[in-house]
Amino acid sequence: MATTGNMFRICPRTGLQFHKSAEPLIKLNAVAAVVALLVGGVLALLVLLTRWQAVHLIDADTFYLYLTAHGLDMLVIWIIFFEVAILYFCSSTLLRCRLATPRLAWLAFALMIIGTVTFNVAIFAGKATVMMTSYVPMQAHPAFYLGLILFAVGALIACFIFLGTLVVAKAEKTYEGSIPLVTFGAMTAAIIAIFTIASGAIILIPTFLWSAGYISHIDPAMYRLIWWGFGHSSQQINVAAHIAVWYAIAAIVFGAKPMSERVSRIAFVLYICFLQLASAHHLLADPAVGTEWKVFNTSYAMYLAVLASMIHGLTVPGSIEVAQRGKGFTKGLFEWIRKAPWSNPVFSGMFISLVGFGFLGGISGVMMGTEQLNMLIHNTIYVPGHFHATVVIGTTLAFMSLTYFLVPVLFNRELINPGLAKWQPYLFGLGMGVFTLAMMGAGTVGVPRRHWDITFAGAALPYEFPGVALLMLAIMGISGIVAVIGGGIYIYLTVGSLLWGKRLDAGPYTSEISPLRLPVQVALTGKGDGHAAGFAAPGTFVFAMVFLVAFVLYYFVNWKYLSTVWGLS
Amino acid sequence: MSSIHPPSERIWWKQPIDKSEIIWIAIAFAWCMVMFFMMPYWHIYGKQNLSTETYRVTPQLFSKAAQQMVDKYTVRTETDRNIPVVAPPAGGDVYLIARLWDWWPIIELEKGKTYRLHLTSMDYQHGFSLQPENINVQVLPGYEHVVTVTPNRSGAYAIVCNEFCGIGHHKMVSKLYVK
Repeated sequence: MATTGNMFRICPRTGLQFHKSAEPLIKLNAVAAVVALLVGGVLALLVLLTRWQAVHLIDADTFYLYLTAHGLDMLVIWIIFFEVAILYFCSSTLLRCRLATPRLAWLAFALMIIGTVTFNVAIFAGKATVMMTSYVPMQAHPAFYLGLILFAVGALIACFIFLGTLVVAKAEKTYEGSIPLVTFGAMTAAIIAIFTIASGAIILIPTFLWSAGYISHIDPAMYRLIWWGFGHSSQQINVAAHIAVWYAIAAIVFGAKPMSERVSRIAFVLYICFLQLASAHHLLADPAVGTEWKVFNTSYAMYLAVLASMIHGLTVPGSIEVAQRGKGFTKGLFEWIRKAPWSNPVFSGMFISLVGFGFLGGISGVMMGTEQLNMLIHNTIYVPGHFHATVVIGTTLAFMSLTYFLVPVLFNRELINPGLAKWQPYLFGLGMGVFTLAMMGAGTVGVPRRHWDITFAGAALPYEFPGVALLMLAIMGISGIVAVIGGGIYIYLTVGSLLWGKRLDAGPYTSEISPLRLPVQVALTGKGDGHAAGFAAPGTFVFAMVFLVAFVLYYFVNWKYLSTVWGLS
Repeated sequence: MSSIHPPSERIWWKQPIDKSEIIWIAIAFAWCMVMFFMMPYWHIYGKQNLSTETYRVTPQLFSKAAQQMVDKYTVRTETDRNIPVVAPPAGGDVYLIARLWDWWPIIELEKGKTYRLHLTSMDYQHGFSLQPENINVQVLPGYEHVVTVTPNRSGAYAIVCNEFCGIGHHKMVSKLYVK
């Protein structure tokens, strides 16, 4: 162990070891993420109360401005800051080693903060109301693109620091054998992030130069193709990261081990190979790209990344089932899940995230990513309906659950008001669940996304949407408020705990390496070790079949619907 | 040992895989193949496939073609802005301009007849969203997208813009008639 001096703090509650070089960086990145979530959440409420047609709160200019800021501060800033914290945690903490080049990590953090402030100033000054996508030839102030580029450079440095830390751990032999599955998942996220940020640089740097007047023309079709290599792939970082978090929480709460290291790791590798083709999802209703290109890319080369998600969808709850059965919850198919700690927000949040991501985000995503079916929902409010299911219920809720674990372990604070924390995942997750379904319902009847007024007041030839559209927007409004309250509680609990939570024993700084003492550390043998003769997770398998039936039905219902519309060729 | 520890078996890739995983992977893979082959299948047997016929175009050239169509086939005008309603012959070319912030002109088609609908934008990106049919196509400046359409129901339709195109975006809506 190449550690000099007492560099490790050993958490007295879990035995997790935080290296002095990494600990403040993990904390700061997580805190920055929560601040972004707060800003984005306030904007979410205002956007929501405007799209709820009966309330229609703010004026058009401000609505489009807030929507631009909401998209970026949530989808990019909140999530990537938290992901950087996860990357440092999964490398330095889980592998018990120092962080590679901590000074560069501080530089990365500074660049990300400066970038965030820069583009937010551009937006709030009213110079960049171009939506998150900033499709050319609509032009924003150069500071908008510059801010995004600075943020991306910072995030890129963080990814390389993560990879460097893996090298350090290997060289200094801080672990034996292979890296843990959770670290492997984080590595998947980091590799996808590097691809993503490279795509972002390839398109945003010329667009910045165009905005500053040095380049005369950016081709709109090319912009869309490459921008989505950044825009969609950045959401694939989230998928890899939050699935790593699911595995981590299964391990933390249940002591679960992967049902099969091989299967879970191959599924992550499938992500690395195929997820980035999803740029095509946004170009299915576009001119300028061919049919064969659309079919191959939109399906991630024959749905191999969907296969990976379906595998994780089984193996994550499956690993929990195996662990629970190992502890004696073996009655029937479902005792293991009935007797799960549903009042522990670390678990309940993670499980709602998993179910919501699969049923709401996953099925809708595959449907709308089908070449011909995409025409039915392209640019309707169905699209944000889908990605709020993946990124809010999936990623955000998974990160929230992990926070409840990190507050005592990393920040050494007792959670204030644990009674409230118990309810938070349900409020947020179920509120968001109804919210996304209502959005998808509204999108199915044609309500456009990014639209201030679907009554078209003042238009020369207005159109009246069917009444169900307005009903859906009202349901969206009410359930959205429930979710915003859930999000507010999360921020209150985390910020409140950091400020006023009871200080916990931080544990000594030492140079020793100690074994992990997670809440449950049952030696899992037998089926959990993957005996081929076994059928280790029958309950999970039944859930998976329910999922499949829902998937198949919804998929073909949409084909049926497509077959009734105008002929197109 | 758990998912946040190094694998307990050094040679983890030789560990046998549980049956519930194997069977699920086989089912999921089969389903993925079904979904993949649905797309080419629909191109052969389905009647709703978006054309990708695309040409480079300038606003001047496209406006000229649209103006010629309007001059030849206008049947009436609508609203106090006298927006022409154009009924081009069945099987012919129909030009629809997207611009800040309207669709021009108003098109009148015949049910069951096939038309070549040419779409482009004069300025920003726009979204062609035919309501209540709910067919949605992206419209880019500089590209002329030719979509072959066959209306199967008569009535008054709306064309909504569903790509954000600036402060007048929510007023960019027009009509399309099918006789």
